[in-house]
Amino acid sequence: MLVYLIRRLMQSVVVLCVMSLLVFLGVFAIGDPVQILINPLADQAEIDRATAALGLDQPLWRQYWLFLVNAARGDLGRSFVYNVPAIGLILERMPATLELAVTATFFGVILGVPLGMLAGLKPASPVGKSIMAASILGFSLPTFWVGLMLIMVFAVELGWLPSTGRGAATCSLLGLKFSLCTVDGLRHILLPALNLALFKLSLVIRLSRAGTREVVLQDYVKFARAKGLPQSRVVWLHVFKNITIPIVTVLGLELGSTIAFAVVTEWIFAWPGMGKLIIESINVLDRPVIVAYLLVIVFMFIVINLAVDVAYSVLDPRVRLSEQRA
Amino acid sequence: MSAIPAGVERAGAAETPFRRFVSDFCESRVAVAALAMLALIIAVALLAPWIAPQDPYDLRQLDLLDSKMPPGSVGGGGMLHLLGTDAQGRDMLSAIMYGLRTSLAVGVGASFGAMFIGLAAGLIAAYFGGLIETVIMRTVDMQLSFPSILVALILVAGLGQGVDKIIIALMAVQWAYYARTVRGTALVERRKEYIEAARCLALGHRRVVFRHLLPNCLPPLIVVNTVLVASAISLEATLSFLGLGLPITKPSLGLLIANGFQFLLSGKYWISFFPGVALLIIIMCINLVGDQLRDVLNPRLQR
Repeated sequence: MLVYLIRRLMQSVVVLCVMSLLVFLGVFAIGDPVQILINPLADQAEIDRATAALGLDQPLWRQYWLFLVNAARGDLGRSFVYNVPAIGLILERMPATLELAVTATFFGVILGVPLGMLAGLKPASPVGKSIMAASILGFSLPTFWVGLMLIMVFAVELGWLPSTGRGAATCSLLGLKFSLCTVDGLRHILLPALNLALFKLSLVIRLSRAGTREVVLQDYVKFARAKGLPQSRVVWLHVFKNITIPIVTVLGLELGSTIAFAVVTEWIFAWPGMGKLIIESINVLDRPVIVAYLLVIVFMFIVINLAVDVAYSVLDPRVRLSEQRA
Repeated sequence: MSAIPAGVERAGAAETPFRRFVSDFCESRVAVAALAMLALIIAVALLAPWIAPQDPYDLRQLDLLDSKMPPGSVGGGGMLHLLGTDAQGRDMLSAIMYGLRTSLAVGVGASFGAMFIGLAAGLIAAYFGGLIETVIMRTVDMQLSFPSILVALILVAGLGQGVDKIIIALMAVQWAYYARTVRGTALVERRKEYIEAARCLALGHRRVVFRHLLPNCLPPLIVVNTVLVASAISLEATLSFLGLGLPITKPSLGLLIANGFQFLLSGKYWISFFPGVALLIIIMCINLVGDQLRDVLNPRLQR
């Protein structure tokens, strides 16, 4: 187990290095940020000064080397636009994104599991069929368009919910701001979270339907029914418990992609998270922020994948990690 | 395996594999309807310059007085705008028809490009094995552990805008899915007798791979391809919506939706709504056709 962990950690470091090089080279290739940042009337001397101040006059390999050395110290450069450390800018926005992603996952589970179980218990009924049709629709609907339609219906036509931002009344906990604890904040998070939850919802519905259909055929469910237990007890105790394992696993793996896809939702609902920041940064070529965001996300992914793998070996003794080729 | 269309000329009996494939496919009326719809959409996209009520990118045909008119209103030139007009006075129906062209071309182009790269990589990995396989498959694993939108964002941030750039980015996102599918199938096929026989005949590597191995890896590839075309169209629309995809001069459905975004808050829904419906219909039809293809081509479900 220890050997496996060490191997995995070393692999992760390699992946991180490769990704940092790719990200750095990729981001380096776009445009000249000086052209965008500086006053168009500036003369050559001024342009040179700005280039030198941003460190862009150095050769490429030296820029990368400096970047790596600084990155090892936790310094991913200063934002060209805000002139503050890029990593701080990202971390400052991270709670908003995480809040949105977790709330969306919560919606996906709280709505998806009961619907999926219903469809699984009555696969041939009109209810079961329409739930499945809705989940196909959920897979096909472009997320960003659904976001627009949510704004159109609930914010513009009905006027029930606000369409942008997190709301003014956020409360802070340990220096971080959260929307979830005030009514106004809840009103603000509802639409973006629903939008982000849509894909998850379809996934959870399919997983719980498939799980339920398998579990109801098992002997212990038949036995519970034969004992004369009420339907609700059979469903919520025997069936529900046994379909949770795959759902939890998939949701763990999907958390990363929820965070990545939050980019789109944040952009539509002007949710002040990392995703909105990255789109703005790409548009103004704020290289340090782009690089810092991508590296933070890559790092998160590596941690999530590692955690899921390790959790699997703990939960399922059949997965013998030490014997795997790492 | 016998259900591939390539088997038509080999079988002379009344029940050819191709005919069985067609009749199996037609068992689902929904899938047939989706296929018909898809054919209609493709026809509209191809014929857009001839059947669209207006050339939406010919500035002489536009009138700013006609801008932002609701669906069904009649413009200054006496033209009926069935789906309304946008901020420049463009007929939305025409804009959508032209948008379909771009969206479909980019999606299909990128997906097929990715298929060729993935096919080559997957076949090479499966056929030669060893270090080449390790390198290719590790790259695939690494890429697939990140969601497509993130990979696309990195690439678009690096490559910049333009039709060619977005196609490259989408190809780079999708080749890994093809490579993994092809390698999986090819690994199974490689151990079968016909490959061994071909090798015993001392045929060249190229001949064995392309004439013997490749045709038998196609059925699962067709299924993956339908799903990935849909996802390429959707991803391109998303990127264009975020302002990172296609340039304004090549408006796809995603860009049309983005253009309508700012007018949505003032209740002018149609500029975003109808391109979105078009996008939804395309993606859903492709997914439905893909679902049925998967069932038909799956040997485990073969009766």
